[in-house]
Amino acid sequence: MKRSNEPVFWGMFGAGGMVAALFTPIAILITGLLVPMGIIPGEQFSYERLLAFSQHWLGAAVIWIVISLPLWLCMHRLYHTLHDFGIHAGNLVKALFYGVAFAGSIACATLLLLGLV
Amino acid sequence: MSKRKPYERKMGATWWLKNTFHTKYIIREGSSLVIAIYSFVLLFGLFRLSQGAEAFNGWVEAMSQPGWIVFHLLSLAWTLYHSITWFSLAPKAANIWLGQKRVPDSWIVSGMYGALAVISLAGLILVLI
Repeated sequence: MKRSNEPVFWGMFGAGGMVAALFTPIAILITGLLVPMGIIPGEQFSYERLLAFSQHWLGAAVIWIVISLPLWLCMHRLYHTLHDFGIHAGNLVKALFYGVAFAGSIACATLLLLGLV
Repeated sequence: MSKRKPYERKMGATWWLKNTFHTKYIIREGSSLVIAIYSFVLLFGLFRLSQGAEAFNGWVEAMSQPGWIVFHLLSLAWTLYHSITWFSLAPKAANIWLGQKRVPDSWIVSGMYGALAVISLAGLILVLI
């Protein structure tokens, strides 16, 4: 019998679920609400500060984790929710859904690595 | 694809509204939509950051449009709902033992809320210092 690739996706799903539960709320609060509404002054979230943060290996790691891992949670759940609504998609659609998470992760890593070098 | 044709029970598009358990389940799964969009919004912000100060400031400016504020408010509430459901499921996924005794579920759940509080505070301190 062919080995299932599900454990790999399940692992990324679990890691993504953890990040989405613990890190995403404060990320949305800062980047989506407090900064745009001016409650956090613009100079605290300036181009220079953010660039410096993204060019530090630790900052880059934080950005990568916060952007990439939740994508794996989301695409895994959205793919399985298709089934709940009577869409029994094949492997092509599965590849497409996980491909979005993969592409997002790689694009994010590429942007960060280009800044690091 | 296999040739067998399994029986499929016909279910309408609103099956999940007929039972609170199912409704909560679909609401929880639905958080995936806004979290995925948010990830791409941030990814685009990172892309603009890589293009220079003007591009990045344009992205920050765009985020203050009412539509995006509403999106982020909705996303924050929906993500917190995901957090609550994730924390309540955590003891079922974790099997932690201290010596001969299994760590009580309530400890794990409280630990997760504690971690959420610490990480949120750390995030605020990081952006404010």
